[in-house]
Amino acid sequence: MTGHPTTGPATGGTKPGIRQRLSRAMSPGTAFSARHQSLTTVVTFAAIGILLPVIVLLPPFSGFGTQNDWVGGFADAGIFVLLAIGLNVVVGWAGLLDLGYAAFFAIGSYTYAYGASPFTGLHIPFWFMLPIGAFVAASFGIMLGAPTLRLRGDYLAIVTLGFGEIVPAVFLNASTLTNGTNGIVGLDQPSFGRLFGVGDFGFTNPWPYFVTILGIIAVAFMLLSRLENSRLGRAWVAIREDELAAASMGINTVTTKLLAFAIGASTAGLAGVYSASKLSIVSPDQFNFTVSFTVLAMVVLGGMGNIWGVAAGAFLIFELQSQGLKQLNTFIGGLGLPAFNLGPITVDLATINFLNYQYLLYGLALVLMMLLRPEGLFPSRRRRRELHELPDEAERGNVELSEADEVEL
Amino acid sequence: MTPATAPLGRVRLSAGRWNVAVGTIAALVAAYVIIDLGAGGEGQAQFINALTIGAIYALIALGYTMVYGIIELINFAHGDVFMVGSFVSWWLLTTLGFNGAITDPLLLGVVLAVGFVFSMGVMGIVGMVIERFAYRPLRSAPRLAPLITAIGVSFILQNLVQVGVSNSIVTTPQIIPNTTLHIGPISISAINLFIIVLAVVLMAALQLFIGRTRLGRAMRSTAIDRDAAQLMGVDINTTIALTFFIGSGLAGAAGVVQGLYFGVSVFTLGFYAGLFAFTAAVLGGIGNTTGAALGGFIIGFIQVIAAVYGYGVWSEVVVFTALVLVLVFRPTGILGQQLGERA
Repeated sequence: MTGHPTTGPATGGTKPGIRQRLSRAMSPGTAFSARHQSLTTVVTFAAIGILLPVIVLLPPFSGFGTQNDWVGGFADAGIFVLLAIGLNVVVGWAGLLDLGYAAFFAIGSYTYAYGASPFTGLHIPFWFMLPIGAFVAASFGIMLGAPTLRLRGDYLAIVTLGFGEIVPAVFLNASTLTNGTNGIVGLDQPSFGRLFGVGDFGFTNPWPYFVTILGIIAVAFMLLSRLENSRLGRAWVAIREDELAAASMGINTVTTKLLAFAIGASTAGLAGVYSASKLSIVSPDQFNFTVSFTVLAMVVLGGMGNIWGVAAGAFLIFELQSQGLKQLNTFIGGLGLPAFNLGPITVDLATINFLNYQYLLYGLALVLMMLLRPEGLFPSRRRRRELHELPDEAERGNVELSEADEVEL
Repeated sequence: MTPATAPLGRVRLSAGRWNVAVGTIAALVAAYVIIDLGAGGEGQAQFINALTIGAIYALIALGYTMVYGIIELINFAHGDVFMVGSFVSWWLLTTLGFNGAITDPLLLGVVLAVGFVFSMGVMGIVGMVIERFAYRPLRSAPRLAPLITAIGVSFILQNLVQVGVSNSIVTTPQIIPNTTLHIGPISISAINLFIIVLAVVLMAALQLFIGRTRLGRAMRSTAIDRDAAQLMGVDINTTIALTFFIGSGLAGAAGVVQGLYFGVSVFTLGFYAGLFAFTAAVLGGIGNTTGAALGGFIIGFIQVIAAVYGYGVWSEVVVFTALVLVLVFRPTGILGQQLGERA
């Protein structure tokens, strides 16, 4: 990454100590939420878990589907929220562009398939498979990262992109081990035992899945947001800002980057285990590059570096693409607009299926976001300051930017 | 992997111009032997096939390497520019009403010339437009920003073709007659010969342009040091736009070739072609145009060797593994980088 100073104004002697200023800048919010971070997280997710299913009972949402439909959709959205907050560790905090993130998702899913399906005959309970899946994915993250993390950002992007293609290709082609295109079917359902009167989750009732993913996300949130403000989290930011400076301050850049990779991968592993158990099938086509790119789009649009923003971005984008575009079709179709001619092309909005334009919209959103609001919809304070330098800083910043680039060469 | 590294290793040893020539010939002979052993009696045809596929990758890889060389951006949309190029030629040929081989050599020549000039021109302009609106405003932004807009542009191009043209495979008219020429002991079909010659001519023209012309010198100096070039009176914006025009034009040419050779095109084509071509550019040493061409041919050979030994489905795994190995052990690529850029 390009390096330029972010702590510029913090040099005055009479101002509050840099440590105080830093900690205040890094944990926005009230004093209470800063002191009781984990409790706040739990309360917030409990509130979300209660509010979301209630909101969908209100119009206009109630008109789009039953409460169970919505809750099932939320349980799927949770997969992407989990993926997005995991990728945020790698891209948002450590500044490493990972374009093959779906590979770790795939590894988590196949780990569950091997651990809990008739294919291998093993039937390890879902709850044990969660940490196992996270661990296996993290191991692959380290295996990929160890040789490649020394590479500069752009090269890393390509290597991860290649890895993201290799993993599904292996699952597809090594058919004796993975059952090839058909994938592995009949995976075990998670089960609460006799707790809450719910045995196996089954396929018809979305509520146990909803509660489970909410719980997983809440735990991941607690752990990750503690990491963000830890020594490791500060090391990630330092590396993102200026790797050379970070290294000369005594940060072991390779280990630090490896940890970002492994932690991001383990989150994807969790998402993979959950998603495999929910679908009860894994097959290679679930993990192509569109998954990686969708999650990246979610992270970028949500606001790189801000875990809450990224989660909100992932949730909103998932719901927009699964519900919003569908409703847009119905809505525009219901308006009864006449078809009109645009040069040689006849445009009939009533028959346009907006679902087909999903990637066009992603693409436009990515380009426009980078041009107009590069910090995302819900930016992290630090990123916003980097990306919108003050006017007098901007000129200085430009000069320093090109100088820093040359040093990097 | 073992078969694939043989030609690679030979070239790497070489330093001087003669060594390069000897190394290249040795690598080609080695590749031929390896292919022939795997392909039975089809060795020659497969060797030519590898050269042809390699030529397509090389043409695409040139665009990657030029753009990376001058603004240090991995132009993710480049593979999709290639894909759109193949659709432009498909559109042109079907609109003009061709649906099979053109036997009249004069007409064939005219149609090919028009097709290539049109497709290259259109794609060159598309490339310039992309640069103007998606990359230029972000030239001094953090590196992640233009990389993300590049991904966005790639999405846009793919989706536009998918929705606006076709979401399945289109068949490009095969206008070059299916005749086989016999030159001494070599049997080569007309289309293979045409593609290889065309690629070599385009690459030679590019080398001459970059090495011998005033604009080429502007491009080289901008790549080395943008600020210094600007102080010397080089118009940076024009030079970068020109780079995009040429790179995208070459991708457009590769798109036409793709249509003529494989006869099909699909909106997802650009992703893998782009990835392979980028691998080619890195293999050869990114920023180095000779290296990109070399890398393209190596990828072509890797793919064909994997296919003749019955591992065709594994070719992408082999290619990416090769990429990772090269990046880990020799990040500057086979020929090294002309531009001082630490990987």
